[in-house]
Amino acid sequence: MDHFFRLLGQVASQPPTEKPEGSGFPSPLPQISNEVSEVVQAVWLNLPTNILLGVVLATLAIATAVSQWLQQKPPANINPAMIRRFDLRVRAWWLMCAILVFGLLLHRVGTVVLFGLVSFWALREFITMTPTRRGDHRALFWALVIFTPLQYVLIGLGGTTVYRHDGRPIDFYGIYSIMIPVYASLFVPARIAIAGDPKKFLERSAQIQLGLLICVYALSHAPALLDLKLYSSRGDRWLGSNAGLLFFFVLICQLSEVFFWVSGQLIGKTVIAKDVSTSRTWEGLFGGVLATGLAGLCLYWVTPFEIWEAAILSMVVAVMGFLGAMTMSAIKRDRGVTDYGSLVLGHAGVLDRIDTLCFAAPVFYHLTRFFFSR
Amino acid sequence: MAAVFPVNNSSDRPKPAVLSSDRRIVGATIAVLAKLLSGFTVRWMNCAPDTCQRVYFANHTSHLDAVVLWSALPRELRVLTRPVAAKDYWGKTAWRRYLASSFNAMLIDRHDIKVHQSPVDMMLREIGDIYSLIVFPEGGRNSDGEMGEFKSGLYYLAKKRPDLELIPVYMDNLNRVLPRGEVLPVPLLSCITMGSPIYLEKGESKADFLKRARETVRKLKDS
Repeated sequence: MDHFFRLLGQVASQPPTEKPEGSGFPSPLPQISNEVSEVVQAVWLNLPTNILLGVVLATLAIATAVSQWLQQKPPANINPAMIRRFDLRVRAWWLMCAILVFGLLLHRVGTVVLFGLVSFWALREFITMTPTRRGDHRALFWALVIFTPLQYVLIGLGGTTVYRHDGRPIDFYGIYSIMIPVYASLFVPARIAIAGDPKKFLERSAQIQLGLLICVYALSHAPALLDLKLYSSRGDRWLGSNAGLLFFFVLICQLSEVFFWVSGQLIGKTVIAKDVSTSRTWEGLFGGVLATGLAGLCLYWVTPFEIWEAAILSMVVAVMGFLGAMTMSAIKRDRGVTDYGSLVLGHAGVLDRIDTLCFAAPVFYHLTRFFFSR
Repeated sequence: MAAVFPVNNSSDRPKPAVLSSDRRIVGATIAVLAKLLSGFTVRWMNCAPDTCQRVYFANHTSHLDAVVLWSALPRELRVLTRPVAAKDYWGKTAWRRYLASSFNAMLIDRHDIKVHQSPVDMMLREIGDIYSLIVFPEGGRNSDGEMGEFKSGLYYLAKKRPDLELIPVYMDNLNRVLPRGEVLPVPLLSCITMGSPIYLEKGESKADFLKRARETVRKLKDS
């Protein structure tokens, strides 16, 4: 299996056969070392990543067994509703894990397409929940059908080398990191204005802009991790698997949710904002962040980070995820729903599962890019 | 084709006309596209899918309503169910007629109405004792999402064929997927709720019945 992916990776990362003429740089020496490192990096899922995958699958299997056992012989001191919730959660994790592993097996393109579909679905839920008016129709069409796929096409192109007319490679990061926050954010209100309905104009624009920003732009930073050329903080090239780093990130986000919940149950006292969320407490936040830091510390071997760096980054991810969950539950409270899927599905939707990912992805991406990439 | 739900499947029941295989493929494609585009969830409230003759009556807010409601039925019911569609739109070109026939549409002329050629009589003749109907008693589509008054056709259907089960259907959010006057749909999520059947009560007046029917549809919104 691994060999197959190595081959795939080599094909994918083969340098263009025809070098544009007249480009004096890059000089031959770095060129060679670049190519060598590209080929080495083409190991899509390396051993540590596969070990991590195995550990996660084993943990999920244990969780399923525990959940089955709890359902068959419910202990008297545990609330049956809680057992049901735990069971639903475990099922959702299996589904998430299956989807993510499926995407990873389809290599880079598969992963980008997968995140694109998740974004699309999340934005769909987001817009379905928010009140829009008849005049927003065209703007919504642009948001869902044009900007969302376009963002992921740009992310996908980010891993390839396309040359401009003057022979320099295009830096897609410079395009996809501003397309939605600048151009889409300006275009959406303009499109609503042209439609000619000024009622609640600011609210309506903000809804669509925020939807695009959270569901599409922010989440697209997760697959963008795949294209970073990573170095350890000592300065040597990291030859691990970027897919593994992505998996590490998603795993840390999911773990942080568990830790917040557990520590909230164990030591939670002071509710942060009772009108937004009755279960999120300051104590739960601190406990959860510390526990997530410990988890990151234990998993540092999948990442280019040192032990302490992995711990700090995991704690940052936890804090951002917490803020994301708070923000999304504020929106849910405002709309008077418990879950984003509840209008149509009667259970939690995609957006309920990825709110932590959405907020943590850009920060994790930029910290990694700033400190560990050149 | 094995039905997965309770069916009064006596072999002497007449069989529906068999569509050509290309129409069946087009019909199945339409159903899948409608599902992807409108992301609907179907809820059967105190009511289960059945092949008995029914009239599904729903609120009308979008061009897509008829096709989406037809697509929301199980495949076994789709062959037996005919959405009523306007002939002046769906009968205009050969392509539209072809599409309409592949989702089993019954084209009714809204303008050419004579004494013995009323739409209700035509519908009843067409469904015979096999088919079910999908109707939108509001007549025209409503742009603001509020339901209009029901036209009397539903009453006459119920009066002339008291054995038909009248199933109220509420279609939520479809007006946002494709509002009036738009061509490009926005693929949001929608919800289709089917309620328990109603019948014309003994001695119930036309106005009372239509009001009650409209109310059952409206109530499904909050259920």
